[in-house]
Amino acid sequence: MIECKNIAKVYQTGAVETVALKGVSLTINDGEFVAIVGPSGSGKSTLMHIIGALDTPSSGEYLLDGKNVSEFSDDELAELRKNKIGFVFQSFNLLPRATVLRNVMLPLVYADVPKAERQKRAQAALKSVGLAEDHFYHLSNQLSGGQMQRVAIARALINNPSLILADEPTGNLDTKTGEIVLGVFQKLNEEQNHTIVLITHEHDVAEHADRIIQIRDGLIVSDQKNSNKKRLV
Amino acid sequence: MKQSDLFEETSLALLANKARSGLTILGIVIGIGSVIAMIAIGQGSQKTIESNIQSLGSNLVMVMPGSQRGVGFSVSQGRGSAATLTGADATAIAQAVPAAAQVAPELSGRYQVTAKGTNTNTSVIGVTAAYPAVRNVAIADGSFISDQHVSSLAKVAVLGPTASEDLFGTEASPIGQKIRIQRIDFQVIGVTAVKGGSGFSNQDDMIFIPLSTAQQFLAGSDRLSAISVQAVGSNAMAQLQQDVNALLLSLHNISDPALADFSILNQADIIATASSVTNTFTMLLGSVAAISLIVGGIGIMNMMLTTVTERTREIGLRKAIGAKRHDINFQFLTEAVMLTFVGGVVGVIVGWLVSSAVHRFSGLATSVSLFSVLLAFGVSAAIGIVFGYYPARRASRLNPIEALRYE
Repeated sequence: MIECKNIAKVYQTGAVETVALKGVSLTINDGEFVAIVGPSGSGKSTLMHIIGALDTPSSGEYLLDGKNVSEFSDDELAELRKNKIGFVFQSFNLLPRATVLRNVMLPLVYADVPKAERQKRAQAALKSVGLAEDHFYHLSNQLSGGQMQRVAIARALINNPSLILADEPTGNLDTKTGEIVLGVFQKLNEEQNHTIVLITHEHDVAEHADRIIQIRDGLIVSDQKNSNKKRLV
Repeated sequence: MKQSDLFEETSLALLANKARSGLTILGIVIGIGSVIAMIAIGQGSQKTIESNIQSLGSNLVMVMPGSQRGVGFSVSQGRGSAATLTGADATAIAQAVPAAAQVAPELSGRYQVTAKGTNTNTSVIGVTAAYPAVRNVAIADGSFISDQHVSSLAKVAVLGPTASEDLFGTEASPIGQKIRIQRIDFQVIGVTAVKGGSGFSNQDDMIFIPLSTAQQFLAGSDRLSAISVQAVGSNAMAQLQQDVNALLLSLHNISDPALADFSILNQADIIATASSVTNTFTMLLGSVAAISLIVGGIGIMNMMLTTVTERTREIGLRKAIGAKRHDINFQFLTEAVMLTFVGGVVGVIVGWLVSSAVHRFSGLATSVSLFSVLLAFGVSAAIGIVFGYYPARRASRLNPIEALRYE
């Protein structure tokens, strides 16, 4: 469960202070599929970084599964990301000269999981995102965009995180491929009960989630259930 | 992160850019290889020079007429220049200096020597029976000059192997044959064993005749060209040199040692001088090689910095999925150390090949010592750590958010 209590973030660049978040409070329960929408400069990326434990808030409290993450050190944050958070990025961020399987197994390298189990888990994760088995040993840069993003989702899944955080996952994909990827998220959410937070600036994309949080100028402007969810599965 | 994973990640990363890794390794290979080869050549030439000097005889003090002539003390050109040493001096040293175990006076000169149909120009040395023991000369065939030959002015000769080969070829034994020096016939009674010795002072290209015969028939005077005095032990050499000096000064009625009409060379001093020369030589070669090793290390650092920049996004990703600072730090440090380690192994092999090639083509007794191999490995690992440290640290301190956004 994610609890943000009055989170603010101020960036200091030289003498200039930029306020990215002005006091955001929200709660996301396990098993929810939430979209955070806002235009660029709204603070949604900053919020994503804080929720993803890549950064800590300047003030306020962030609790992930009951633990106060706000005061964690770099290494403690890394430990938390390893065990609880799976990231999906706009530009996939796969290792280019490594096979698909190797890319998916990468988080387990840092989690000290035995090799045989890594392989098993990676294959299971790839199957659950719908990637055909004959692609497992391809190099990741030989795949199409949609395939790459599904590999990236499998990588996010592999350590069974409390939260999958997707930052503009369809931003580099065409509409049709984007829908396939969003379908994967819906499936993972509904069938395996994964908690998914989707960050996007497109309302169309956000409509695939169960709940939409709108953010503007560092503040939440609306937070409501999505009554006309676009179902893909 | 497990060590096997670290190793796998590192190998994959290095193999991903084979040309660059190869060239970087080449820098270390050249550095380590030249250190190994240079040290081997330096130590080899030191050994060669020492064994050359030792082959002259052990615990020797050489007395020569006139002023000191440096290391090459076969005074064949000294004829007529300084005739200040005589047989009486040699006898006096043998009798009056207790530290002198044996005394071998000699008179040498270069002559044209002829045999049946052949001739050569070589050094002819008048010696006494003490000569082989003092100067480490062994007999291969026949016998050496005896005391009786000396007292009877016998016209007999003992050939060095090179002189023997020049005059009589390799097949027939020269024993019993005649050679002619200055129109005087000598009968060959023996051949000495091969001593080796390097080209510029070949100790095998010599002919020995009785000292008295040389003085009487070849030089026509009582002078000596050198007196070799063997000390009773290596500790007695300094004492021997002092005593001989004092004795000869008084025999020659010289009060000021600076005006001495003879000079004394101590073999220990010669070895020390030669060693210090070769040591300097080894140091010089070694430091040139060390500079190339440092250049190789800078190559490693350069490559690692490029790699870190290129892989900024990968580092960001690794951090996002849970890599800690020390995971990243270790990974890049391992890459640098692996480069230098591979370079070190190949460098040792290349250095060994070079030094055995030098041995083969120049005859220098090069030797790759375990010490220099261990040193090379230690140095190459240290270079990996030193020059990999900064890039690895830079990688580990990247902010994951900025690293992920890096274009």
